[in-house]
Amino acid sequence: MKKLINDPNDVVVEALLGIEAAHPDLQVDHANKIIHRGDAPKSGKVGLISGGGSGHEPLHGGFVGLGMLDAACAGEVFTSPVPDQMLAATKLVDGGAGVLHIVKNYTGDVMNFEMAAEMAAAETGAQVVSVVTDDDVAVQDSTWTAGRRGVGVTVLLEKIAGAAAEEGRDLGAVADIARKVNAQGRSMGVALTSCTVPAAGKPTFELGEDEMELGVGIHGEPGRQRLPLAPAKEIAEMLLEPILADLPFSSGDQVIAFVNGLGGTPLIELYVMYNEVDKILSKHGVSVARSLVGSYITSLEMAGSSVTLLKADDELLSLWDAPVRTPALRWGI
Amino acid sequence: MTDDVTTAAFEAWVRRFAGLIADERDHLTELDSAIGDADHGTNMDRGMKAAVAAMEELGPVGAGPLLTKVGMTLVSTVGGASGPLYGTLFLRMGTALGDVPEAAPEQVGVALRAGLEGVVARGKAQAEDKTMYDALAPAVDALEAGLQDGLGLEDALGRARAAAEAGRDATVPMLARKGRASYLGERSVGHQDPGATSVTLLVAAAAETLA
Repeated sequence: MKKLINDPNDVVVEALLGIEAAHPDLQVDHANKIIHRGDAPKSGKVGLISGGGSGHEPLHGGFVGLGMLDAACAGEVFTSPVPDQMLAATKLVDGGAGVLHIVKNYTGDVMNFEMAAEMAAAETGAQVVSVVTDDDVAVQDSTWTAGRRGVGVTVLLEKIAGAAAEEGRDLGAVADIARKVNAQGRSMGVALTSCTVPAAGKPTFELGEDEMELGVGIHGEPGRQRLPLAPAKEIAEMLLEPILADLPFSSGDQVIAFVNGLGGTPLIELYVMYNEVDKILSKHGVSVARSLVGSYITSLEMAGSSVTLLKADDELLSLWDAPVRTPALRWGI
Repeated sequence: MTDDVTTAAFEAWVRRFAGLIADERDHLTELDSAIGDADHGTNMDRGMKAAVAAMEELGPVGAGPLLTKVGMTLVSTVGGASGPLYGTLFLRMGTALGDVPEAAPEQVGVALRAGLEGVVARGKAQAEDKTMYDALAPAVDALEAGLQDGLGLEDALGRARAAAEAGRDATVPMLARKGRASYLGERSVGHQDPGATSVTLLVAAAAETLA
């Protein structure tokens, strides 16, 4: 294992210290591992919190700030935070207008957020609404499974719902917008390498030099299938065809197209992917209204990429364009 | 001679469960590596050690508050899916028992039933999803049936233990439909479920300590 760390057990704690030192707008509650806006709670504004296992940076802590999240709870690497953290964050950001919990669909995350919401209701009477993201088309959806994983759409949702809250919309309206983003967004990813959880010290799975894993999540979970490595144009087809067919996206739709790096892939390769994605979308008559290219929801140092398409209308685009000031996304200010 | 269960016996149950989890920690993690994310033994061991420490700090209380404390500690320390599930199991048992100095055998059954219902409410698991439910549900059924048949608590818990073990073993051929193992689909078949394995230890510990 070759990592820029001191002690594998201190990675999350020391990263939080670094975030606090680098971003004076933000504050960190180290006991509860919460990154929050320095001005929280904002009276009358719906509070947005999210959280999950660490190792997906900049998600979620890098999206805390004006126009996006009010607080993010950091779990151990790839392990859901515990309810006490979300309860503390809920109290911290509740400015009287209620709190939205943004939860990626993983069994542990869903249950821990659920318990936190119940505890918040019992202890403070805070109004909490949860929205679960489940946009990964690589997982077959069924009432008999844990359902689809929450991946790339989470980033777009945090931005758009954050803008709605900043505008002063009420909790019901912010939750509706969040659900709409999840309902209209679809993602799929591919891994070129595995990743190494610091405490484990060795790669989560083995992948040969000439192999790729199609349909991965963000924790090195198994994908849909293992295939020989292919050129970017073929990989883009393999990711986009299932995404386009699933919603389905059709000719005349406009989308926000998000090409994401999984942590170990350089931006130049993401732009190669974006070019292929753009060509395929043109072929299908889908027009790209906005784009986002970069590593925003990652799986430690995994090489690979995910593509997310969000079917957008004028309302979603105007919220997407609204000012945002966070460590990882910053525009309009 | 009475079968009533003292608070000291409930405390012994929690300690014995913590001991069994510590003994089986590596085995539980190994089972979890095959179909999950390789942390069940580590997480449960950390949680149960914290639960025992929390019990020691607690003054003299009844069985209900004791188990409630254990549940709250597990929720705060285990993480993942096991934290909320085991936490809810103990919290619901604590609420069902209330602040009584001693619990009648039927109340032990009522408490375990409440715990099971809490697990179902939290995890939405059904029979044959390949989860802790598949060992815990038959154990609770067997305990209740045994008590209704007029068995003493010791014998009824013995039946519960046998039912949990049979339920645990029956998870091997099942296809996982809940949790991270469900992403594996067919590849989850042929592995014993880690949650069903750890909850069988809980029932075994009850059989050793509550009667």
